[in-house]
Amino acid sequence: MATIRLTVNGKSYTVDADSQTSLLSALREQLDLTGSKYGCGEGQCGACTVLIDGKAQRSCVTKVVAVSSKQITTIEGLASGDQLHPVQSAFLEADAMQCGYCTSGMIMSAVALLQRNPSPNESEIVNFMDGNVCRCGTYPRIVSAIQKAAKSGTASSAKGAGR
Amino acid sequence: MSENPFADFQLEPERYELSAAAPYRFDLDRREFFKFLGAGLLVVSVLKPAVVAQESGGGRRRGDSLPKEIDAWLHIGENGKVTVYTGKAEMGQNIRTSLSQAVSEELHVPIENIEMVMGDTQLTPFDMGTFGSRTTPTMNLQLRKVAAAAREMLIGLAASQWQMDRQHLIAADGKIADPQSKRFLEYSALTKGQQLTQTVTAETPLIPAANWKVAGQSASKVDGRDFVTGKHRYPSDQKLPDMLYGKVLRPAAFNAALTSVDTQKAEQMGATVVHDGNFVGVAAASTEAASGALAAIHAEWKSEPQPSNKELFDYLRKNTVEGKDPTGDGDRYDVGNVDQALGSADHRLQQTYTVAYIAHTPLEPRAALAKWEGDKLTVWTGTQRPFGVRGQLAEAFHIPEDQVRVLMPDTGSGYGGKHTGETAIEAARLARAAKRPVKVVWTREEEFTWAYFRPAGVIDVTSAVRADGTITAWEFHNYNSGSAGIRTYYEIPNQRIVFHAVNSPLRQGSYRALAATANHFARESHMDEAAHTVKMDPLDFRLKNLKDERLRAVFEAAAKQFGWGKSKTPGQGFGMGGGYEKLGNIATFAEVIVDRKSGDVKVIRVVSAFECGAIVNPDGLRNQIEGSNIQGLGGALFEAIEFDNGKILNARLSQYRVPRFSDVPALETVLLDRKDIPSVGAGECPMIGLAPAIANAIFDAVGIRLRSLPLVPNGLKTT
Repeated sequence: MATIRLTVNGKSYTVDADSQTSLLSALREQLDLTGSKYGCGEGQCGACTVLIDGKAQRSCVTKVVAVSSKQITTIEGLASGDQLHPVQSAFLEADAMQCGYCTSGMIMSAVALLQRNPSPNESEIVNFMDGNVCRCGTYPRIVSAIQKAAKSGTASSAKGAGR
Repeated sequence: MSENPFADFQLEPERYELSAAAPYRFDLDRREFFKFLGAGLLVVSVLKPAVVAQESGGGRRRGDSLPKEIDAWLHIGENGKVTVYTGKAEMGQNIRTSLSQAVSEELHVPIENIEMVMGDTQLTPFDMGTFGSRTTPTMNLQLRKVAAAAREMLIGLAASQWQMDRQHLIAADGKIADPQSKRFLEYSALTKGQQLTQTVTAETPLIPAANWKVAGQSASKVDGRDFVTGKHRYPSDQKLPDMLYGKVLRPAAFNAALTSVDTQKAEQMGATVVHDGNFVGVAAASTEAASGALAAIHAEWKSEPQPSNKELFDYLRKNTVEGKDPTGDGDRYDVGNVDQALGSADHRLQQTYTVAYIAHTPLEPRAALAKWEGDKLTVWTGTQRPFGVRGQLAEAFHIPEDQVRVLMPDTGSGYGGKHTGETAIEAARLARAAKRPVKVVWTREEEFTWAYFRPAGVIDVTSAVRADGTITAWEFHNYNSGSAGIRTYYEIPNQRIVFHAVNSPLRQGSYRALAATANHFARESHMDEAAHTVKMDPLDFRLKNLKDERLRAVFEAAAKQFGWGKSKTPGQGFGMGGGYEKLGNIATFAEVIVDRKSGDVKVIRVVSAFECGAIVNPDGLRNQIEGSNIQGLGGALFEAIEFDNGKILNARLSQYRVPRFSDVPALETVLLDRKDIPSVGAGECPMIGLAPAIANAIFDAVGIRLRSLPLVPNGLKTT
């Protein structure tokens, strides 16, 4: 077990980790950042998605030791104070959730998508998001939320997206 | 609307809803209530209002006792804050929102001023559980009555304060107003210093659906912001100081017995280890430490040979059990003379349909955090039956139920899959040994293996049809998949419908639209086959044999929206399915494209017409219908549990395919709003028409009749 330094949502933390410790368990169990969810443990559902240097990554299959020098953004770091990130606002406007368990991962993936492609068409959204599962079946609303966020035009320049 | 036509109506008991204990008998003291709630106004709703009103004389209660069998209560504090207590549980069906709307409507307070306390066995009245699409027809109505009684009481208080006739007063926006003098009193002013109680009576006037202003309108998830910011704490997110993480040793196969276990290494690693009968578990400072300790345990198990999914349907037919049926004669329905009608038919059609076991796969797996204080146990867990889980915990630990508190933080979905308290018991057992709080969160593999499944089933259908398209006989035998929706709504003079209970080789239980999916798949597929046999259009054939006006209305509405009868291109196919379940009516029309070369089947478009009485939250309703169709795609097209000799062979999300973005067809929803009919639930019914609609569309596209769900787990072989 070693002490590893992590930068999460712009803040510096230390966590205890060995070579196998997943980023997801460090976030949830040591930093009490429980917005990133466990869904499958094999990178198949996207509920644990975080941004690592701006790229969407599955934190359940990412080892802590591999990301100690990187900028990590979780759902908790997306809003600026009371100001929601445009993707968060768009999810609320589109009612793009039922149980909401997939929502954090969906939003993080969507932020990464819009960073790469600020105005994706529907099939680009579907292709990019296909690794995120919503068992309640709110997919059409999520697509429409991402389109709303893209239209608002500020999604890619907002805090958290580019880091 | 003051009379509820469903007051004496019992929803069909769902065979596989895991049974609930007898209702908890509250022994309530109003002084205790106010000590806990603070002064103000309290309105309680009782399960049998008529009986209680008779016993108590009805209306305002003067003594210190409150009626037993309360199912909900509402409190308006001195600050005007409205708190509603119900044992119902939120898992994504958005009842926290729709129930708030109901209260807001009747009480005339903004939704933001209402707090719903739900699914906490210490704070909320007993509730059997949240399943069977019952929240809207029962709890929504009860809360409307409670809120209406509170409103009437507040009007009465204002009238006596102003010494005027209550007829001239109105309630609006958290105030009682006298429109003539333009004076008003805030609810908080009326409840200040009061300790008033009221029981809902049959006379409490409800606002007719046609006049609804809040209910009947779309409302966003009341606490949506907590979900988009990651702030909401699901059961698996719960945390307490000094908490440990637990893991449980799983048997090598179902029904296996532990023959030897060596836990020494795990103990040496510093973990708390429990070996109690067949239960072996560990608790440690992190999930990874607990997993490590668990892996260090050496155990041997003994199990008997068990069937595989390859021989499942033969097995189900051969392993029926007699007299095991809790609903008695409900399992068999006979009318006319089926044998005679089948013998003299113009056309006789006999086919068999099957459905596989499927897994709920709630994205949040089972989770529980348990804490002991002496002999008192508190558990936070994701369950559709908090009170049922309380009973299970009391039984497991030989303690009275009043020493157990179960709290249900809004959970990451259930779909009928979270009725039981396995994780709660596991966490509590480990916590007792560790003398510290312990959290257990199942892995996806555990959830796929040790939860329970939607029952598999075999259904044999034999029908007789006259050349003119009149169905004259209907024989329907369902093995194991359940009896909800087993009766036919088509007008058929001779029927024999039988459910056969089976010793299921896998643990099985509730599932969203449970048996209705299987029964509608068989019935609506068979209807299509019968229509083709007599060379009739499938819609005309259904309407010819259907009298029920509400069901006809949804078929006709969906057909119109779909453009039924339009021409098609090669590989394209159109089909329909529909029916009646949990008091709602659905018709689903599907369009598919079959690629003859690759065998790919793509559902292109789905049109649903749904009617569930007066609509409470139109956008929430659309969300439920879309969700039903998307979730239903999995069971219709590709979901199936594979198993052999007591093991699940595809217990991972990489091996068990669930619907994803790229599977989603264009979804169109037609809502028929019947303001003259009481509101009913919508979480299940919309799912039942989809599988037969797709199967019928595939037949329409390529002439291949598929009679097993899932229809195309490996694509469609057309040659």
